[in-house]
Amino acid sequence: MAAFVRNRRALVGLGMVAVIAAFCFIGPLLYRTDQVTVRLDLANLPPGTGNPLGTDASGYDVLGRMMAGGRSSLELGFAVALTTTVIGTLYGAVAGYLGGIVDAVMMRVIDTFLAIPGIVLLLIMVSMITPTLWSIVLLLSLLSWLGAARLVRGEVLALRTREFVLAARMMGGTGGRIVLRHLVPNAAGVIIVSGTFTIADSILTLSALSFLGLGLPPPHADWGTMLSAGLNSLYDGYWWLVYPPALILITTVVAFNLIGDAVHDALDVRQQRP
Amino acid sequence: MPPLLEVRNLTTHIRTRRGTVRAVDDVSFTLEAGETLGLVGESGCGKSMTGLSLMGLLPPGGAMVGDSSVALDGRELVGLPERDLRRVRGNDIAMVFQDPMTSLDPTKTIGHQVAEGVLLHRGCSRAEAADRAAEVLGLVGLPHPRERLKDYPHQLSGGLRQRVLIAMALANEPRVLIADEPTTALDVTIQAQILALLADLRARLGMAMILITHDMGVTAGHTDRVNVMYAGRIAESTGTDRLFHGMRHPYTQSLLASVPRLDQDPGKELPTIPGMPPDLTDPPGGCRFAGRCRYATDRCRTDEPELTGSDQHRYACWHPTDGPLPPSATAAVPRATEAAAPAVHDRPLLEARGLVREFPVRGARIPGRGRRVVHALSGVSLELAPGETFGLVGESGCGKTTLGRLLVGLDRPDTGTVTLDGTDLGLLRGRELRRRRRDLQMMFQDPFSSLDPRMRVGGILREPLQIQGIGTAREQKARVAELLAEVGLPERGAELYPHEFSGGQRQRIGLARALALTPKLIVADEPVSALDVSVRAQVLNLMNRLQASHGLSYIVISHDLAVVRYLADRIGVMYLGRMVEVGSADDIHLRAAHPYTAGLLKAVPVPDPQLERAKLGTGISGELPSPVDPPSGCRFRTRCPLARERCADEEPALRLFGAGHTAACHFPLQQPLPDTPAKAATDASA
Repeated sequence: MAAFVRNRRALVGLGMVAVIAAFCFIGPLLYRTDQVTVRLDLANLPPGTGNPLGTDASGYDVLGRMMAGGRSSLELGFAVALTTTVIGTLYGAVAGYLGGIVDAVMMRVIDTFLAIPGIVLLLIMVSMITPTLWSIVLLLSLLSWLGAARLVRGEVLALRTREFVLAARMMGGTGGRIVLRHLVPNAAGVIIVSGTFTIADSILTLSALSFLGLGLPPPHADWGTMLSAGLNSLYDGYWWLVYPPALILITTVVAFNLIGDAVHDALDVRQQRP
Repeated sequence: MPPLLEVRNLTTHIRTRRGTVRAVDDVSFTLEAGETLGLVGESGCGKSMTGLSLMGLLPPGGAMVGDSSVALDGRELVGLPERDLRRVRGNDIAMVFQDPMTSLDPTKTIGHQVAEGVLLHRGCSRAEAADRAAEVLGLVGLPHPRERLKDYPHQLSGGLRQRVLIAMALANEPRVLIADEPTTALDVTIQAQILALLADLRARLGMAMILITHDMGVTAGHTDRVNVMYAGRIAESTGTDRLFHGMRHPYTQSLLASVPRLDQDPGKELPTIPGMPPDLTDPPGGCRFAGRCRYATDRCRTDEPELTGSDQHRYACWHPTDGPLPPSATAAVPRATEAAAPAVHDRPLLEARGLVREFPVRGARIPGRGRRVVHALSGVSLELAPGETFGLVGESGCGKTTLGRLLVGLDRPDTGTVTLDGTDLGLLRGRELRRRRRDLQMMFQDPFSSLDPRMRVGGILREPLQIQGIGTAREQKARVAELLAEVGLPERGAELYPHEFSGGQRQRIGLARALALTPKLIVADEPVSALDVSVRAQVLNLMNRLQASHGLSYIVISHDLAVVRYLADRIGVMYLGRMVEVGSADDIHLRAAHPYTAGLLKAVPVPDPQLERAKLGTGISGELPSPVDPPSGCRFRTRCPLARERCADEEPALRLFGAGHTAACHFPLQQPLPDTPAKAATDASA
């Protein structure tokens, strides 16, 4: 952990995430805007007094909308990372620990899922149902636990031959205990790294879906929808509809990736120590 | 004429995050052509770093400082530009590394790897380099070298890979060969072969050799002079004979005394060196050994001794000793009761009958051949009395670890039974089996992997109690403190994580964990082979003491015959999945009946230069055959000097050679007792 704290990138990443989270969750309390009522009379106003970042085609305040959009993005990112990590970790740890035929079958299930192109599947699913934040969380989780499971399985395969696992069996420990008490904590490193990257990936995927017009339906706000709407008006010179949401999206993704990288490096250092 | 290699004031510092490690501190020595110099000491004493410094191959952050000087034939190497150094490396000075498994590139053929050095230094054509590669591979005893040039490292056994590494080092006929623990990763039988090869090559090619080793037996047999290193400095430097019989430095004395020898009196505790080597980021003032020395005085703690003495014998000590520690210096090993002796007993604690375990070979099935299997165990029986220690020895791959796992119920035999106190372990399932585990515990080899790095020591020691539901939280805590005290660790150790302990301390924690459930039997798989010699003695003494106070039975699995001889009452010798000889420790060591046992014993290096040099031959030639296709009849016949036709046709039965002494051989070295067919012999050994 000391190496993690000493890592400059980690601190920068954490700081950025903290600022963005404060912006999205505390911001609306200090800067109240109406993100529900369409006000065509206030549409496409350039930045100025009253609307620091202008308004969009429906007359929503862009700054306020970025806050609202960020909330759903962050909520989604964390929710997906959490479910993915829990499911993927347990699945991967069980497969890796049991090994043999069970492992082979469990891994072929994953391979099958992975063979389906994720974005296509998402598009089909989203076009069949009316997406809500939580249905998208579910869909994204369904797609992204596969990677986490594979990572954790690989780690557990290496860990389970370690003698402390044998020692736990010698004491009469059950498989469940070995997985939860010994294997998962020792795989915590890769789990945290993969979870952090999942947050960034999910936020990006949601934005991509929204950009394609298949994201959260109005009046829900999110950065992808804002981008997609703004892009149509870019030729009209309404730059404030595109750059702010693009910037905050990139910043968020970079921040989480910085943290993920830093955790990864910190763990590497720890492994070098005898 | 200057000496071939002259090292003066060599000082190597390595910068790390924790500070500067003074790995080598003011080391001077010379090496003459045709001579072998031993560098011995515990791990971390700077011997490997000295070797790497000579080659100019220091790790990142490492540098030779001060007026360090390494002169080869009068030519200074320190400060030479990298381009010129590369010409020296692998050409004038070559190195053989410790681990033959990781020192070869798995993606290149061995021919390519040996030829690479020739191409670099001789500027010849590829064909000529390949010729030279075949030539040196033949020189190091690789059978059919020309055909094997195209082999990849994974197709060779460990012993053959080590020969390839030596061939790589020799390809350019270096004048100095640095061998860094060249046989530590190998079995004793292969070790003897490799050492004999190195000695032979040195004589034939007129090389000088620096042999870096921690094994005093290897030192005794294969060096002319020895530098004993401690904490980055030379503690003592003299001829090999003199070092073993007239050492002056207390460290040398303790180091030699703490090595269990084959002729060790098992009734005496091993002398130990207390404590640990000092931290080289901040070495103590005065003599660096003072903190662990039995003769240390105030002067030792304040003034640093210089190397003094004659040219033939230099040592750095204020209170030099004279010769080895007398054997009377240590206490007797505590014995529980007279019953602990392998006398007549009613019922064995543990009984294994006809254990067979086979593992399928992974990979593609060969059509028409059926499923191929590794014959790990082919019908092994043994018995263990309460309070007894049974030693299992044999080369790696002989099935001793598999047997250990079957005995503690970590794995099940294909056929055969393991009975503990009258209960057949094979019939136990689930909860019942988990409850019975408390009687059977295991002590592991690697102190770095046997403790969960994410748990505090207190948690590690409580876990068995929690699993078995023994005691309340408060009682468990008290028990943890008790266990720590028993293995000689402070109570606050419970709050620390495993990585905060040294290897020897961790092995103690592992032993404490095994003791937590007050088992009847502990299977110790190579309990000390990952430890330094001085720490080894501490752990062995502890095992003996705990056996006496708890009435434990041990099964000690080790490739180190001296360790097994020291701990065990009875010894079983395994070869390729079979038990070839069982007997009391004395039977095995003094009256070995099986040629394999005799050969194995002969291969063990003895820390006595006279005895070691008087040995003829290397004990056992060749390598362990594949357990997938074991030889017919007697499995040892392919390497046996006495093998005849009958050995291939007929499997030898166990015959009785004395009370409790059986061996399976058609042409044994001892006279068997008359008329003892296999069945009777097995019963008699019961």
